[in-house]
Amino acid sequence: MSAVRPDPDALLARVQREEAKAKRGKLKVFFGATAGVGKTYAMLEDARALKARGVDVVVGYVEPHGRAETEALLEGLERLPYRHIAYRGAALRDFDLDAALARKPQILLVDELAHSNPLEGEPRPRHAKRWQDVEELLEAGITVHTTVNVQHVESLNDIVAGITGVRMQETVPDSVFERADEVVMIDTPPDVLLERLQAGKVYIPEQARNAIENFFRKGNLIALRELALRTTADRVDAAMREYREGQGIRATWAAGERLLVAIGPDEQGERLVRAGKRMATALHADWIVVYVETPELLRLSDEKRNRRIALLRLAESLGAEAVTLGGSSAGAEIANYAQERNVTRIVIGRPRRPLWRRLFQPSTYGELVAGTKGIDILVVGGGDEASALRNPFLARSRAYLGAAHPGTKRRWPGYAWGVAATALWTGLGALISPHFELVNIAMVYLLAVVLVAVRFGRGPAIATSFLALAAFDFFFVPPLLSFAVSDVQYLITFAIMLTVALIISNLTASVRLQANVAGQRERRTAMLYAMTRELAATRGQEPMARAAVRHVSEVFESQAVVLFPDAAGRIRHPRGASTPGSLRGADLAVAQWVQDHGEPAGLGTDTLPSAESVYLPLKGSQAVLGVLAVLPANVRRVLLPEQFHLLETFAGQIAIALERALLAEQAQRAQVEAETEGLRNALLASISHDLRTPLAVISGASSSLVERGERLGADERKALAASIFEQSQQMGGLVGNVLEMTRLEAGAIALNRDWHSMSEIAGSVLRRLQDRLESHLVEVDLPMELPLVRVDAALIEQVLANLLENAAKHTPPGTRITLRVDQQDDSLLVSVEDAGPGLPAGDPEQLFAKFHRGNTEGAVAGVGLGLAICRAIVRLHGGRIWAETRAEGGAAFRFTLPVEPAPRVPREA
Amino acid sequence: MTETRGTILVVEDEPEIRRFLRTSLATEGYRVVEAGSGARGAIDAGSQKPDLAIVDLGLPDIDGVDVIRRIRAWSPMPILVLSARAQERSKVEALDAGADDYVTKPFGVGELLARVRVALRHATRPGSGKPVLKLGKVSADLEKHVVKRDGAEVHLTALEFRLLACLAKHLGMVVTHRQLLREVWGPSHVEHTHYLRIYMKQLREKLEDDPVQPRHLLTETGVGYRLVAEED
Repeated sequence: MSAVRPDPDALLARVQREEAKAKRGKLKVFFGATAGVGKTYAMLEDARALKARGVDVVVGYVEPHGRAETEALLEGLERLPYRHIAYRGAALRDFDLDAALARKPQILLVDELAHSNPLEGEPRPRHAKRWQDVEELLEAGITVHTTVNVQHVESLNDIVAGITGVRMQETVPDSVFERADEVVMIDTPPDVLLERLQAGKVYIPEQARNAIENFFRKGNLIALRELALRTTADRVDAAMREYREGQGIRATWAAGERLLVAIGPDEQGERLVRAGKRMATALHADWIVVYVETPELLRLSDEKRNRRIALLRLAESLGAEAVTLGGSSAGAEIANYAQERNVTRIVIGRPRRPLWRRLFQPSTYGELVAGTKGIDILVVGGGDEASALRNPFLARSRAYLGAAHPGTKRRWPGYAWGVAATALWTGLGALISPHFELVNIAMVYLLAVVLVAVRFGRGPAIATSFLALAAFDFFFVPPLLSFAVSDVQYLITFAIMLTVALIISNLTASVRLQANVAGQRERRTAMLYAMTRELAATRGQEPMARAAVRHVSEVFESQAVVLFPDAAGRIRHPRGASTPGSLRGADLAVAQWVQDHGEPAGLGTDTLPSAESVYLPLKGSQAVLGVLAVLPANVRRVLLPEQFHLLETFAGQIAIALERALLAEQAQRAQVEAETEGLRNALLASISHDLRTPLAVISGASSSLVERGERLGADERKALAASIFEQSQQMGGLVGNVLEMTRLEAGAIALNRDWHSMSEIAGSVLRRLQDRLESHLVEVDLPMELPLVRVDAALIEQVLANLLENAAKHTPPGTRITLRVDQQDDSLLVSVEDAGPGLPAGDPEQLFAKFHRGNTEGAVAGVGLGLAICRAIVRLHGGRIWAETRAEGGAAFRFTLPVEPAPRVPREA
Repeated sequence: MTETRGTILVVEDEPEIRRFLRTSLATEGYRVVEAGSGARGAIDAGSQKPDLAIVDLGLPDIDGVDVIRRIRAWSPMPILVLSARAQERSKVEALDAGADDYVTKPFGVGELLARVRVALRHATRPGSGKPVLKLGKVSADLEKHVVKRDGAEVHLTALEFRLLACLAKHLGMVVTHRQLLREVWGPSHVEHTHYLRIYMKQLREKLEDDPVQPRHLLTETGVGYRLVAEED
């Protein structure tokens, strides 16, 4: 068949995976059926060969198992020193992860991938399992060679247990095994292996000696070998599939199968989950593990609930999505969910209910079959699972009645009320009995039962049912005041009444419980929403952290803190006051690890699980923004998978909010930079033009004088020299303006305020500008008595000079320029008016912008800073400046200066 | 045959400016001694015995004001400072330290020469040398305390007169606010610049044709005042 184009998304995912892979170290697994097949030996041989080729190979941890041949192979290889751990009074030697990370060899040998680290030892190992240590090594770019037995693979664990009767405690998650880059199967025929065992060449730990005898039966060995071979073959198959997919050969890729495994609190759960894993792997399908929390199941004993937690976490570690649903009927809920999620196969265990119950309530299986169309349903048969409970019936009935729950004592009022209600109703009944049929009395009793069920729950309701029945019989059914029944039909009545009462109490109580559960769920969602909403409205890292801590500590009944890294990436304790919910004394070392690796650690995780708090990374799109540390008051608040998920969701929201704050800051900075850049460019463009022109004149004129001076006439020479002088004045003005503006902008100008007279300043300016104002008619209009103003005279002179020069530049020669000062209530109004063409079209405010020039380029020289400088100076003095067109024609530039009351001058004698 | 009108010491580190000054001053008949640094200048002031010193305020090695102080410690010779634009404070500082006048860079050579002339003359004859000061239509007899404008007598208050007299003493040269306040009102009033504003205004109204654009009682913004008589 023709090649089908590979799915671009899948390919992209693959490329991304491969990119990530390229940076990681490679994992090579020496895989075998049992201990003793020679994995360590093969690994060492391989290492020696590599070393001979010049590769940097270091032995991280190898257990020689007392075999001389293995010991011999270790010679010549560099070995890392052991980490000595004191554990329960004994001294253990273990793998030193930090030494390995520090040494950073090309290849590191780490034996026994499934080994569990002694968590209670001193010093505490960082991770619970050695495979996690190896993960860290791989992340750091170190290639690791290791050994694994088939019984250590998680999903095969129960199969091996079934074969050998021995269940291994130490396991390696399937994901780790599957992601290994190379798996070398070390195969030894069972006969040879048994020979080795006889010869004492196989390492057996003392404690396991007896069990191992059992283990090493030939039948077991054959079966294990087959299992190991099959697992390796599966890997090859998967690799080939991937290859084919990449090449576009799509033939047998499963058309998106999705598996759903439904588990209950019974012992089948674990088996189902593992079976689900195997099936999902075989089908290359996504799989979901569903636990339906029916009201009945909410009342389970603690032990069963903990088992549920453990099951869901196992499911997650095997790669499933763990979901808890709520509902009254497990079957219906699962069916709905399966339809929603486009599940193709459902896996459930065998029904375990006794027959009589199956009559009353349809089994989950039955409901599933009824509720799903087109979905395969697989019932997985089971072995004999021993029940841990002595008397399941008793435990179940106690749980059923609610007696096993905390708060049992609170139930007693319910029973009391039940009795009271019955009595009350009896009284009522006595009143109405002459007028009503007996059947109505029965109805009245039923009402009492319903009310008690709604208010007090199942137990009291059932008690009330019986009581009501007894009362009905005793007080109303003939013969009165006796429990005998005269008419047999009343027996039927009783039976039906009781049944109805029980059903009603059941239903009502269920409804109540469900409402509770739904209410709880809704509350949690509402809290997440509340936090998200508050964060959206908050600005700044610190306020966000405080808000987050408040919400998290409330929802999870714990203390929390958000830790941020400093500029160097090191986690610091937060400064600032602590709020009631904030956690003090979080472990910075753990937090630092989380910050560096972007993975959760602490309570409820695989890394440093003995920590008191859980530490979650707050991951932004590009980096880890911080760490959320949570110390729960009740450990269960965090360990439940759905609670943990909720906590992770909270962390996710916090991270989003923090990232938003960070990005906003960056955007603002970028904007400011862009603006500055823009201004700088404008300035450079302006200056280069406005300096070049005078410079051209100056260099031209002066070079003429230098080279041809003698040949020029005196007048000509004078003219050239004059032009040089003039142009240099021009340039001086320009440079001065630019410098002034720079100083003003940099805030480097400190006003040198002193008492001055405006008329004096005006006079000074006019004198200075005498030459430049020559061409115009200058008029001065000042009142006789002007108050003194406290200004910086040099700067105000500058403003006047700029305004007057502008007027001169932009109006035709011979026209009038007026300098006027008026006194207003608390300020002076200074105006420079001209009789020229007036303001250019457009917003007059624009004129005061930097680099604005009335008519762009052209004859009028000047960088366009003059008015901007005026504005800056006037503003510094607390005044306003603006431009307007005069009614009589021409432009007027006006500015105000605030007037303070001047100190008095003593009169002369 | 150029009669030297005196020796002028130029303390300036920029060789281009030194050259320009030398050319201009020499053309006017002065003998020019150049010093490229403040330290050199202070020494030459002693060894070369100039009649006037031109000191640039922006010297690299020691502060121009220091040079002025050193010279002032032992000599009353007139000192002109070259200052940059918008450096009022340094100008005031230099004047208070003993300089007599200043010229702001960039300057025209005419302005410089005028100031040199005035400074040299003041050294030999303080004030105008004559008891009667002529400022356009105004004639002021500083000895007899009589001021006439267009022949008619003008009444000046005691302080106004003292102010006029102080400026006349430094005729043609700038007098700082501080100096004026100290000499006219007393050392305890050196911060009261508003006095000066009021009184200068009063003087101008009485003596000038256009009080807003005076021709004789000139403002040196941020520094002080200068009284200019006709011949300048």
